[in-house]
Amino acid sequence: MVGSAALGRRILTVYVPLALFLVFLLLPFYWMIVVSLKPPTDLFNLRFNPFLIQHFTPKNYLYLFQETAFLVWAKNTLIVSVAATTLALSCSVLIGYALARLRFPGGSAMGVGIFLAYLVPPTLLFLPLAQVVAKLHLYNTYWALIFTYPTFLIPFGSWLLMGYFRTIPREIEECALIDGSSRLGTLFKIVLPLSLPGILSAAIFSFTLSWNEFLYALIFMSSGPLKTIPVGTVSDLIKADVLFWGPLMASALLGSVPIAVIYTFFVDHYVSGLTAGAVKG
Amino acid sequence: MPDLHPAAARPEPLSAGRRGATYPRSLLEREPSLGLLLMLPGTLLLVIFMAYPFFLGLWLSLTDSMIGHPGRYVGLQNFVHLLGDSIFRQTARNTFVYALVTVPFKLMLGLGLALVLNTAIPFRNAIRAGVLMPFIVPTALSSLGWLMLFDPIFSPFSWLLKHWGLITRNINFLGTPVLAIVSVMVANIWRGTPFFAITILAGLQAVPAELHDAAAIDGAGAWQRFWNVTVPIILGVMLVSTLFSIIMTFADFQLIYVLTKGGPANETHIFGTYAYQIGLSATAIGQGAAIALYMFPILAVLAILLLRYLRREVA
Repeated sequence: MVGSAALGRRILTVYVPLALFLVFLLLPFYWMIVVSLKPPTDLFNLRFNPFLIQHFTPKNYLYLFQETAFLVWAKNTLIVSVAATTLALSCSVLIGYALARLRFPGGSAMGVGIFLAYLVPPTLLFLPLAQVVAKLHLYNTYWALIFTYPTFLIPFGSWLLMGYFRTIPREIEECALIDGSSRLGTLFKIVLPLSLPGILSAAIFSFTLSWNEFLYALIFMSSGPLKTIPVGTVSDLIKADVLFWGPLMASALLGSVPIAVIYTFFVDHYVSGLTAGAVKG
Repeated sequence: MPDLHPAAARPEPLSAGRRGATYPRSLLEREPSLGLLLMLPGTLLLVIFMAYPFFLGLWLSLTDSMIGHPGRYVGLQNFVHLLGDSIFRQTARNTFVYALVTVPFKLMLGLGLALVLNTAIPFRNAIRAGVLMPFIVPTALSSLGWLMLFDPIFSPFSWLLKHWGLITRNINFLGTPVLAIVSVMVANIWRGTPFFAITILAGLQAVPAELHDAAAIDGAGAWQRFWNVTVPIILGVMLVSTLFSIIMTFADFQLIYVLTKGGPANETHIFGTYAYQIGLSATAIGQGAAIALYMFPILAVLAILLLRYLRREVA
């Protein structure tokens, strides 16, 4: 029975490891779902199996919407993410194109500079950056994040788009130039439409990186009404006592859902985007 | 990742560019001026919010500034003082342990996961999206899931172990010195494994099937094919993701901030969280800047290694 031996082998080498990976990687999410749908009394009852829901309740979610500022945080996160993505993407398109196609003084040094900027972690900069933000009177304004997020979005987007622009045959552009199109005209009318998949990748990555950002939002927005979801959840919901676990898990889950949905639809895109030029982990 | 090399950005002059010698062109049509112009908006943002803060940080680290009180120049006093600070020495140890223990685990687990995901499995896209989840959702939020999984009262791990009769009292995962750092490392491995998996998976997809077939015909077993065909091809991707991951793990903040805030008794501080505590919570911003800058030499070495490797790859 060669077939069953091969199947047994496959179960051992593929399905068992896969199941273990799935349990490990999805456990916290499963746990958040379970806790967020339980009444607190069930949580306290240590006779119940904690992995199962005995009495289903939507109360934690209702509490989150009615008694906390979750919806305001969600609005703030959305505004900041969209604005930072738009700003960073515009800059990245221009930089990516310049580095991929144009010869100019200092060009390759600037390319290296952008790459190195990509490797500078926020933890290295946040203290002096906090002073810069204070000097510019940006504390507790959307602008604090809209201007600082591009510091990690632009290097990332520029490299990704640079890789993408290079895949577009130069001849197409040359034809347009000979036909009398201007340089910028070929960028906007020819290169950009052909690069839409790459631009979409860069936009998705930038949006999710902005949505997920924590440190800058924690420092620049934590004392006002403009908190983002991660900051609001961690700083406002966590200081209460254990009764808050349900809403806390509900908030953590709801803050993750938009990102999860985007990725479920774009997972292949995501993989090809990573191979196109830039990674971060 | 062949496209990371800046030198490859040097384009050949366009025919239109050569004609530029005869026809005077506007700033927008000549490559040197257009190139610089296109770089301008992004570079400006990076200079104001990245380069300037970096140098400001260097200056702050040489002063005794407190938040709200501009300080005096004190030379290297902050850096010297930190070397004598037992919490800082613990922080430095923790940071190295945190990065050097978790990265090999993430690499190995990521490689394993990538190999599994690279086979024909049912629901492939859904499973890929699922295993990516830890890496893509906001870390500060997913850490809250771990915070409760490690809770001294509600931890389901404690419940399971008690249920199986292995322990009698709940384990205080985050409140016990060694256990606390192990716990945050588990959460970090959880978060970082999908990153390795997905980048290695991308590398695996570049392995030509014909090579495997040819090796199989020559009588190579699965293990031999893995070592002699697959590994040489994905070695570059593994190296690049490892260097990236060391940088990001070294400079982590969120996981520790949410799970332990550096506690118990400063046992789990890493550079980022200790800089936050000293620089913002304790308002000693000069001192905090110095803590953050202690990361710089290590990050710089890693960045140079990465840059050199990527340059060679393309050349």
